[in-house]
Amino acid sequence: MSHLVTFILMFGFWIALSGYFDPFHIVSGIVCSLIVTWLSHDLLVPKGTDIKIEAGRVVRFMLYLPWLLKEIFFANLWVAFRVLHPRMPIDPRLIEVKTDIATDLGIVTFAHSVTLTPGTVTIAAGKDGSFLIHAISEQAAATLLNGELARRVKAIEGTDV
Amino acid sequence: MTLVDVITGVFLFLGCFFIIVAAVGVVRFPDIYSRVHPAGKGDTLGQALILVGLLIYSGMSFIALKIVLIIGFIAIANPTASHAVVRAAYAAGVKPWEKGDKRQ
Repeated sequence: MSHLVTFILMFGFWIALSGYFDPFHIVSGIVCSLIVTWLSHDLLVPKGTDIKIEAGRVVRFMLYLPWLLKEIFFANLWVAFRVLHPRMPIDPRLIEVKTDIATDLGIVTFAHSVTLTPGTVTIAAGKDGSFLIHAISEQAAATLLNGELARRVKAIEGTDV
Repeated sequence: MTLVDVITGVFLFLGCFFIIVAAVGVVRFPDIYSRVHPAGKGDTLGQALILVGLLIYSGMSFIALKIVLIIGFIAIANPTASHAVVRAAYAAGVKPWEKGDKRQ
């Protein structure tokens, strides 16, 4: 199963990047995808992965993206305001955030989202769901500590952790 | 000048604006932790807006698909790089700047 998923992804990627559909390029693509699949199928889909659960997570991750894009846009306006303000109203601090996020996808998503949302950057991310975060103002720290982001990422993970 | 040219121009302008603001922020902010804020966020949105402008200009083709892939990869790579920089600084024991300190 992990072979099949990796092969389909790799061959799709080949088609997207090549754009040629003559027999030579198609056959080279199949051969290269097979070699990559043989070498690294357990990297993309580790042993003991339930494909159905992972597919559900990927779908929920896609649904989460529009909200993240909106946040990224406001984060940039927010930072631009502070950069261009003559007195530069910043008051940085370090904060610890404890969450119950447990999967690799969840931890990476949370760390990236924290970095991309207004006024916070992830310094350290632990396997146990604790994060060390640099917030640039008290308001940014308070927004993160109220836990909306953690709830949304938790919703991506779903109930079967 | 067609409508596509105008929309492309708007996206390119916004993208350049955010990247310039990020550069100004890196110079103005007081220490490494706060400098990562404009660098990490500004470049991610700036490049995305510029590439979306080019996407609209190129129209539907394989080039458009490649541009979407580039946007995705930079959006993953940029926060990772920011995180690596601040983590290295934290591991090396750099103290965060606090309100009232001198600039580093």
